[in-house]
Amino acid sequence: MKRAGFTTAWLPILLLVPQLIIIAVFFYWPAAHAIQSSFYLQDPFGFGSTFVGWENYTHLFSNSEYLRIAGFTVIFTILVTFLSLGLALLLAVKADKVIRGAHSYRTLLMWVYAVAPPVAGFIGLIMFDQSWGPLTEFAQMLGWDFTLGVTYFDTATAMVVVSVWKQVPVNFIFFLSGLQSIPKSVREAALIDNRSASGRFWDVTFPLLAPTAFFLLIINITYSLFDTFGVVDTLVKGEPGNNPMTLVYKVYVDGFRGNDLGGSSAQSVILMVLVLALTVFQFRMVERRIHYT
Amino acid sequence: MAQVTLSGIRKVYPNGFQALTTTSFDIPDGEFTVLVGPSGCGKSTLLRMVAGLEDITEGELRIGDRVVNDVDPADRDIAMVFQNYALYPHMTVRKNIAYGLKNRGTSAEDIAKKVAQASDMLGLDDYLDRKPSQLSGGQRQRVAMGRAIVRDPALFLFDEPLSNLDAKLRNQMRIEIKALQRRLGVTSIYVTHDQVEAMTMADRIIVMNGGKVEQIGTPAEVYHAPASTFVASFMGAPPMNLVPAHAVAGMVRFAKTSLAVETHTDGPVTMGIRPEDLIPDTSGPLPFDVQIIEELGAHRLLHGVVGDEKLTVHVGKDTDVGTGPVPLSVKPGAISLFHHETGTRL
Repeated sequence: MKRAGFTTAWLPILLLVPQLIIIAVFFYWPAAHAIQSSFYLQDPFGFGSTFVGWENYTHLFSNSEYLRIAGFTVIFTILVTFLSLGLALLLAVKADKVIRGAHSYRTLLMWVYAVAPPVAGFIGLIMFDQSWGPLTEFAQMLGWDFTLGVTYFDTATAMVVVSVWKQVPVNFIFFLSGLQSIPKSVREAALIDNRSASGRFWDVTFPLLAPTAFFLLIINITYSLFDTFGVVDTLVKGEPGNNPMTLVYKVYVDGFRGNDLGGSSAQSVILMVLVLALTVFQFRMVERRIHYT
Repeated sequence: MAQVTLSGIRKVYPNGFQALTTTSFDIPDGEFTVLVGPSGCGKSTLLRMVAGLEDITEGELRIGDRVVNDVDPADRDIAMVFQNYALYPHMTVRKNIAYGLKNRGTSAEDIAKKVAQASDMLGLDDYLDRKPSQLSGGQRQRVAMGRAIVRDPALFLFDEPLSNLDAKLRNQMRIEIKALQRRLGVTSIYVTHDQVEAMTMADRIIVMNGGKVEQIGTPAEVYHAPASTFVASFMGAPPMNLVPAHAVAGMVRFAKTSLAVETHTDGPVTMGIRPEDLIPDTSGPLPFDVQIIEELGAHRLLHGVVGDEKLTVHVGKDTDVGTGPVPLSVKPGAISLFHHETGTRL
């Protein structure tokens, strides 16, 4: 068979140019800029900068506050990822039994995904409002004097709850379609081979869902690390104070509030490396994944 | 090993569709029963009800001495082979075969022994550590068989297990499955839409159409004495010739010819004659006009007309015929008569 091809070399390049420009302007250029400024100490008023080498980095790693925030970010990411995956899986498994093939219903369930993170944060703010938030009242009923934005632990709880709430629908939809793509006859064969429903789930359903689950794991880690910025920002109301924050929020606070562009850039570079590692890990795993069917 | 008894079994889906009208029959211990019919005739539904994958709307199902209407599929002591094999894609062949045993608390030694026996019987020894995706269709089918036989169940259920295989492999697997069933002596229900499979494999055939049983009988009974025009045209390739005729006192008149019949009835009827029961005969009474000859090697099919009615005649390869007039005679006792409206055998 003849391969379709271009007669001149220029046309394909021309067609690629818009995309390359977008990537260059919005990714490579700022990334290069961030790497560069991470080696400088900027004057807060923008009058000049001094080359300081690795000092921004070494400073970060000896800074107990930064390490504390990094620690919080790790816990936050683990909690958000596993809670939103776990809840979504539970809901999907339950829903799968009832709504096989009900597409319109599934689409409706997807709607929460369209809520922007700051809006989610704002809804969280209302739910956790000090004087009349329903969730605050609920916590008080349980004897928990919930004070959002004042107590570190309470704010952290609210952050996790809102972030999980925001992410569950996406995971739910992926899990549900993953479940529904498992051949009916395979489930039926399992029904004959194993009388225990939980046994069937862990032996047959879950392994067949593993590719979906792995994809979602990566997506959720990325979400918890970066996309929760809006939620965090709304919930701490721009007043970090004693409140918990994630690494991404710290980049913003140090760079735009503290005017420490060098330190903030160093933090961005660290996050960039983290994402890079995550991406490499994902591709490696995807390559190694067995293709079922 | 067990007898299967269906008493007044009926299936109605929640949307009101009746997939199976009230049906009763027994399958004796050790018998190979084939459920055959066109798609949508309810044969798969019936099988799935026996397996416990569909609820039974009405009636009583017994496997052995036990009423199993409300028993879980895993506790019915059955094994099922599915059309698309339904192997667990993430498990090796060995684990696929062992999975049902493992969940029944069989000891590891016993499992190893039984898997070895089954794989030996099915020629799967070299494939035990492969995943299903690394196997051919025929091999996958063998694994599915292995999964069923290691369990040593009271009843085998086959849901069109050969329809995904190519013709050559199908013929081979047909014989293998039949031989295996003979050897193990396990009661079996086999669903197919392929009448050749039904004829060749069955001890007894159950022909189904439109959610009801048309006929139950041995392959010979079903073939030679079809209970209805549906069975007559469904079983056999090419199907039985069915033509309108008129019966009068032990004779049937067709195309200005009177043919002797054993059935005594009067009035309009549908007459059925198998293609091989029509014999080219220079002194034969039926004026057959051959239009097309299908050459099939071992035999030939002559397609033509008698009067306005189309007929197909099956002749041996040595019969020397060409297109044009070929008088036919009918083998004695080979005529079936059916009610001209209901199609039931008279």
